[in-house]
Amino acid sequence: MPIKVAYKATIEHMQILDEQGVLDAKLARDTLTDDQVVMLYEHMSMCRRLDEIAFKLQRSGRLGTYPQNMGQEAIASVALAARKQDWMVPCYRENAALYLHGLPPEKILLHWMGDERGNQIPDDLNMLPMSIPIGTHMLHAAGIGWAAKLRGIDQVAFTFFGDGSTSEGDFHEACNFAGVMEAPVVFFCQNNNWAISTPRHKQTHAETFAQKGLAYGLKVRQVDGNDIFAIYKAAKEAVADALHGKPTLIETLTYRLGDHTTADDARRYRDDAELEAAKKRDPLIRTRKYLESKDLWSAELEDAMIETNKKKVDDIVARATNIEPPKTTDIFDAMFATTPPELARQRDTMQTHSLGMFPQQETLQAPQGAHA
Amino acid sequence: MANLTLVQAINLALTQEMEADDNVVILGEDVGLNGGVFRVTEGLQQRFGDNRVVDTPLAESGIMGTAIGLAMNGIKSIPEIQFEGFLGPAYDQLVNHAARYRSRTRGAVTIPMTVRVPIGGGIHAPELHSDSPEAVYAHTPGLKVVMPSSPYDAKGLLISAIRDPDPVLFFEPKRIYRAYREEVPEDEYTVPIGKAKIVEEGADITVVTWGAMTIQCINAMDSLPENLSVELIDLRTIYPLDVDTIVESVKKTGRCVVAHEAPLTAGLGAEISALVQERCFLHLEAPVQRVTGFDTFMPYYKMELDYLPESPRVAEAITACAAY
Repeated sequence: MPIKVAYKATIEHMQILDEQGVLDAKLARDTLTDDQVVMLYEHMSMCRRLDEIAFKLQRSGRLGTYPQNMGQEAIASVALAARKQDWMVPCYRENAALYLHGLPPEKILLHWMGDERGNQIPDDLNMLPMSIPIGTHMLHAAGIGWAAKLRGIDQVAFTFFGDGSTSEGDFHEACNFAGVMEAPVVFFCQNNNWAISTPRHKQTHAETFAQKGLAYGLKVRQVDGNDIFAIYKAAKEAVADALHGKPTLIETLTYRLGDHTTADDARRYRDDAELEAAKKRDPLIRTRKYLESKDLWSAELEDAMIETNKKKVDDIVARATNIEPPKTTDIFDAMFATTPPELARQRDTMQTHSLGMFPQQETLQAPQGAHA
Repeated sequence: MANLTLVQAINLALTQEMEADDNVVILGEDVGLNGGVFRVTEGLQQRFGDNRVVDTPLAESGIMGTAIGLAMNGIKSIPEIQFEGFLGPAYDQLVNHAARYRSRTRGAVTIPMTVRVPIGGGIHAPELHSDSPEAVYAHTPGLKVVMPSSPYDAKGLLISAIRDPDPVLFFEPKRIYRAYREEVPEDEYTVPIGKAKIVEEGADITVVTWGAMTIQCINAMDSLPENLSVELIDLRTIYPLDVDTIVESVKKTGRCVVAHEAPLTAGLGAEISALVQERCFLHLEAPVQRVTGFDTFMPYYKMELDYLPESPRVAEAITACAAY
C-alpha cells in the first residue's frame, strides 16, 4: 500500500513595505490610499509620543505599572480594515488599533492609573477592555463571533494576543471553537519575540506561530508586523473570509522595543545587538521613508505634526488626570445589578466586623446576663 | 546569621535545598535568567543550570500539570505561578489532580511538589495581581497551604514544604517581600507546617492573622490603649490549621478578632470563628470579630487602600471587641 500524503501546507510570509520604505506596488494595489498612509503615520507617531509620555508618568509616580507599545504601532492598520460594527478583543499592546477604532486614548491611561473607569468602553463601540491575564480573552472573541453568526449580524471579531499566549490552552480552544463553529473571527498573534524574558524560540518548537492555526482548520498568514500595508491587506482578506465562515489566524512579525512593563528591565535578558537591529525595522521609520519617497511628507510637515501630537497627547493626559476621584461606593455598587443587603451594609459602614455595624448594637454593651 | 528580606530568605532556602538534592527542580515563567519577576529565583539558573531552573512556555496549566508529572517520577518539583491571579488556568491541575492523587490511589501515587505563588495586595499592582485566594485552597482537601510573614519563618517553612511528601501551596505575601529584614540563620533549619506562632503574648484579646496582615496587626497594636493586652497569633500555616494554639489563646482571653485581606464571606475568618464558637463557647465574652476585605473585587490601585483592612480598621475592631 503506497504511503499517501494526508495533509500538506505552506505558510506564506507577506511583506509589502520593506524596512527601507520601498513598496511592492503590485501587492499594494487596492490597499491603502495616500491619505490613509499619511493619517496612519500621524496616528502611529501620536501613539508613540503617548507611549513615551505614559512611561514618564509612571517614572514620576503618576501612573502605575505600564506596558509600552513602542514598536508595534503598525497594528493600527487593522482598524482601517475593520468596519464600525466589528469587535476588538485586545490584550494590551495594540492600543494604536483601539484608538483608531474609536476608543478615547485617555481610557487606556486611566486603566493604568488604577481606575476601573478606564474599562468603561463607550456604548457605541464594540470593544472589550484590555485583558490582563495572558491568552484567555481569545475565547471571548470566538464566542462574540459565534453570537454574531447565530443572530445573523454582520460583524467580525478581531482579537489580539502575543506569542506567549499561544502556549496557553485557551488559545487552542479558541481557534478550535472558531473553526468548528465557522465563526467570523480574526486572530492576530502579535509575535514580538518576547514574553517578558522568554524568547520566541523557548515558547514553541514550531517554525511559525501561524502554523498552529492549521491544526484547527483556520486560514493562516504570516505578515511583516511593522508593515501597515501587509497588515491591512491580510486583515481585509480575513474579514471577507470570516464572513464566509472561515476564521483566520494572522501572525505579525514585530518587535517589543521596550520592556515588558515598567516593572521589567529587558537588559537583564536581552542582547543590545538584537534591540538595535529591531530598531531599524521600526514601523514609523519605514512609513516616513515611504511617504518622503512619494513626496507626501517633508521636514516641515514632520515639525508641524510633532507640535500637533504634543497638543493631542497633553489633552489626553489632562483628561485622564483631571477626572474626579472615584467613589469608594463604586467598589460595591459595580458588583451586581442589584446590591445584596449584606454587601450594602459593608458599603454603608466600610467595615466587616459586626460590632458597630448594626444600629441596635450601638451601645457596645452586652445585654444583662449575656456574660458567661 | 544574615540580615535578610523575605525574598532573600526564600532564595536562600531554595539554594540550600537545591544544593542538598539534585532532584529539586524549579520551573515557571521568567524564573531563569530573569530571576523571576520578583527576583526570588535570582542567580539560581546561573548556579544550577537551565535543566534545574527552567523557563517554561507561558502556560500555567502546563507548568502545574508537568510539575505533577515530574513529582510522580522522582523530581521534587517547585513550580512558580507568577501571581495568585494566574492560578486560574492551573486550578484544574492543582485541585482535581495534585490534591487528589494520594487519596484516589490510596497512597500508590504521591505528589511531593511545592507550588510557590506571590499573593496579596498593597503594591499598586494591576488587576489580578493583588488577590488573596488562600481560602479556596484551604477548602480543597489534599493541599497544605502555607503563608509566612517573616524572613525566618519563610526559610524554615519553605524547607519543610520542599521536604514534605505531599503538595504544598506556598504563598508569599508580596507586600512584605522587601518590607523589612530579619536575622536568618545560614544553616538549614525547618519551621513545622501546621504550627502557628504567638507573635505577642497577651491576656485580654486574641488577634488571629497571617501573611502581610501580621504587620498591619502589629501596627494596629501601637494605636491601642497601653493597658489593653493583645495576644497576636500568626497562623503561618493555613491548612492544616493549628487549632490548639487558637483555642488555648481564646480560652485565656475570652475575645477574638480575625484579620485577613481576602473577602469576608466564606473566608478563613468564618472557619476560625466557627472553631472558636465550637471550642471556646463558655469562655467567650464578646462575639468574634472579622476584619477582612469586602465582598468585592480588589479595586484597581486608586482605591486599593480603601479595600484592604489596614491597621486603623483592625484597631477599630479590636477596640470594639475589647469594649463589649
